Amino acid sequence: MRAWTDERVERMIGALLRWGVILAAAVILAGGAMYLVRYGSTISDYRVFRGEPSDLRNVSGIVKGAVSWHSRGLIQLGLLLLIAVPVARVAFSVVAFALQRDRTYVVVTLIVLAVLLYSLTRVGP
Amino acid sequence: MNSLEFSLLVWLGSLAAGFLGSLTGLGGGVVIVPLLALRFGVDIRYAIGASLVSVIATSSGAAAAYVKEGYSNLRIGMFLEIATTIGALAGAFLAARMSPSAIAVIFGVVLFYSAYLSNRPRPEHPSAARPDPLAAFLRMDSTYPTTEGLQSYRVHNVPGGFGLMFVAGALSGLLGIGSGAVKVLAMDQVMRIPFKVSTTTSNFMIGVTAAASTGVYLSRGYIDPVLVMPVMLGTLAGSMLGARVLTRAKSRILRIVFSLVILALGVELIYNGLTGRL
Repeated sequence: MRAWTDERVERMIGALLRWGVILAAAVILAGGAMYLVRYGSTISDYRVFRGEPSDLRNVSGIVKGAVSWHSRGLIQLGLLLLIAVPVARVAFSVVAFALQRDRTYVVVTLIVLAVLLYSLTRVGP
Repeated sequence: MNSLEFSLLVWLGSLAAGFLGSLTGLGGGVVIVPLLALRFGVDIRYAIGASLVSVIATSSGAAAAYVKEGYSNLRIGMFLEIATTIGALAGAFLAARMSPSAIAVIFGVVLFYSAYLSNRPRPEHPSAARPDPLAAFLRMDSTYPTTEGLQSYRVHNVPGGFGLMFVAGALSGLLGIGSGAVKVLAMDQVMRIPFKVSTTTSNFMIGVTAAASTGVYLSRGYIDPVLVMPVMLGTLAGSMLGARVLTRAKSRILRIVFSLVILALGVELIYNGLTGRL
């Protein structure tokens, strides 16, 4: 196995970022196309803030909506995938620093990961 | 205007914003929110939610390209992300307690400041002879490629940069922008990191920062999928296009024009915020 040099780690992270964003964009595009085919002629109004319904706010509601091919649930699923891209990048960096035996940066990266996960727990299961 | 027309127009606007944002280095996020709020009549909270999502997409997409060139510094980025993510959470919580008008006024002021920051001359600081103990402990000193081969650099004033990064994160979480201008200021001016390393590392950090506040916005119902779709797809396509022509285009005049647009939007946001129209 080749050594876990900074350069190699950064290349792998680059690939992870690129494919993650492409996947998320594809899901959002699919959901958006479905929405516009079905509801493209309805009037949209964002002047008044109502807040999204709860099934578009948490993970289980979004996944349930997406697997039953609800277009808005599918877009939100793409959004969750998109949020997962930087989170995965940080998680991957924890492993990479651990393989480099760089303890200081394992701790640094774990702190960043903890803040991100705290934010995501607010979305709820 | 029906949903299809609305989505197409927002997509085109976001495409232009992403394109100009990446060409000028000012970022697309700073124009998305005013564009949606002022031109499309979108409530500023929905606009900020949609903008945050597009910031994650463009940052991650662009970072993938920069990583290959060997400019960005993973360690500096990761360490400073502690400050930006905690700042982003603070900003997102603050956003719920502020009126849309107050947010609009702050946004306008930040637009002014961003335009100023990116147009002012940048003196390159010579790297000082003595290494900074904290930067050395954190192994931040590194090298970057130049035309004369690898150039080494030393990092200074880590606590100062860390503090300013907290502010950058809070602005990102409050306003739904990448706040790249403030991040670059912290690295380039305070920590004296070479400009090219600062900008690429900043780009790398923006996605992680935005992800920290997006969770809060999503759980609060500020992120509308039907609005997110054209904004995210438009800015992503625009910024990728911008990155392609970046090397060829003369960006100086473009940056001045884009800065004037930003200043005009800033005036309008502050005016509308103060008169309570948003």
